[in-house]
Amino acid sequence: MKIAVCIKRVPDTELRFSIGSDGKSLDQAGLKYDLSDFDGYAVEVALRLVEQAGGGEVAVVCLGPDAVQETMRKAISMGADRGIHLRADTIPFDGLSVAHALAAELKDGGYDLVLFGRMATDSAAGVVGPMTAQLLGLPCVTAISHLDIADGRGTARRELEGVAEVTTFPLPAVLTIDEGIARARLPSLKGIMAAKKKPIETREAHLGEVRLTVESMALPPERTGGRIIGEGPDAVPELIRLLQTEAKVL
Amino acid sequence: MADMFAFAETRDGALRSVAFETVTAARQAADAAGGGEVHALLAGGPGVGARAAELGRYGADVVVVVEHAGLACYNAEALAATCAARIGGEQYRAAFFAASAEGRDLAPRVAGALDRSMLSDVTAFEMRGDAVVASHPVYVGKAVATLRLTGSPAMVSLRPGAITAVESPREARTEPMAPALDPGAARVTVTEMLDRGGAKLDLGEAPVVVSGGRGLRAAENFALVEELAAAFGNAAVGATRAVTDDGWRPATDQIGQTGRVVSPMLYVAVGISGAVQHLAGMRTSRTIVAINKDKDAPIFKLADYGIVGDLFEIVPRLTDAVRKAKAGG
Repeated sequence: MKIAVCIKRVPDTELRFSIGSDGKSLDQAGLKYDLSDFDGYAVEVALRLVEQAGGGEVAVVCLGPDAVQETMRKAISMGADRGIHLRADTIPFDGLSVAHALAAELKDGGYDLVLFGRMATDSAAGVVGPMTAQLLGLPCVTAISHLDIADGRGTARRELEGVAEVTTFPLPAVLTIDEGIARARLPSLKGIMAAKKKPIETREAHLGEVRLTVESMALPPERTGGRIIGEGPDAVPELIRLLQTEAKVL
Repeated sequence: MADMFAFAETRDGALRSVAFETVTAARQAADAAGGGEVHALLAGGPGVGARAAELGRYGADVVVVVEHAGLACYNAEALAATCAARIGGEQYRAAFFAASAEGRDLAPRVAGALDRSMLSDVTAFEMRGDAVVASHPVYVGKAVATLRLTGSPAMVSLRPGAITAVESPREARTEPMAPALDPGAARVTVTEMLDRGGAKLDLGEAPVVVSGGRGLRAAENFALVEELAAAFGNAAVGATRAVTDDGWRPATDQIGQTGRVVSPMLYVAVGISGAVQHLAGMRTSRTIVAINKDKDAPIFKLADYGIVGDLFEIVPRLTDAVRKAKAGG
């Protein structure tokens, strides 16, 4: 079982942040970066599949500036075998451009599975996985919450609104991983030591044309909230009155 | 003049509410571009074409009807090939999809097949010359990016609920179309649909969402939240990640950055402190009510109406009052 996991280095969104002086990106001061949440689940799924299969290889693929190697090391210390760094000064917002670079790297890799997180927590678009699948001409299942692989075929469950769908597909395939499938393991001390000896290859990214750009970025409009109307059950009649007359939702 | 494409999502032979939002967006885009036509693609099992008139009511001039037994349930590959064939064969200025579970899966496949970049999960957009300029929440909803996409056709997916469906009635012409890929030849096939209590309102579409957090203290206390939702009659029940992680509620009920993102008319947060993760999933709600014992909880900064106190006393009283208000009016 040979698996590629495409990962992204993203700002830690638990921190408070502000908009940079260019008006179209985050202020870098005080930002910390980490592996995107869903990509962590994808790495975990890949590691488990290889463990179950009793052998194979997990390669992590990451596009971006040299700093992304830190994030790749994290995935490798979880247990991935090697890294492929597609170097680009910046990560374009245009998912198709990124998909072109990934497809060019993956097409002759002989992977049984190519995994992605359902979406990156920064750009929140969720398009790179299915676009890469389309460019590679491979079957694709997105937002998977449960996965079984046996005899060259996969069975996956995806959650839709109110219902769930069970699909089957042949390998090789491109899958995007949702939350709930597996908690990402923490790198062990042994894993961290071993990761230092595992290889990361670096190549220039062959990005596609960029047609989607960030024009500006802003903090969301402040809600005019913050109004506490009372304490305890005695405030309920006032709430009902406001919902009826002011908010007009009741 | 520029024609627009809209994908009309169906389930079990009926149009979903996002279909009307998508057609509305395409109508508004066409009108803004000087009055082109809106072509809606309606696909499903035999008989689905009977729904075409409903799309005309929201401004579709042409409804492309794709009926096939193999499309009775979602077939990603056949639908993607069919949408790509239609869009690629016409001169559309833009193509609109819903950023629903199905649309999030379908739209990037179509974009990939046509080698077009796309705007995803858009909350507002504007046609500006040869570009589409759109708002898209990023970084867990902590920032909003204004994005510019150049070239035609512009591929756009719209956050459910962000665009209000508006009627613009007309007699839609129908055009039959065969699937561009035989659904039976698709490599990925749906073998089973699991009903998770589909009779209940979906979180993404319910006008009211009542959500519970750790403040409820135990899984069985979610009955309080369920009863309040039932009193509204048009409410779905959500939960925080802490609650779904603990298994009190299924993971699919989670509202937040890594779960569902909702924008209902009314959001009622019960025993929820307001972690960033959770706020990302509900901050665009029209009206927010918070009930929490801690007056300093972050949720109160966002709430239009907050009540501080013991939810176990407040919620039953609220449930009664909502039930009476509903009965009275």
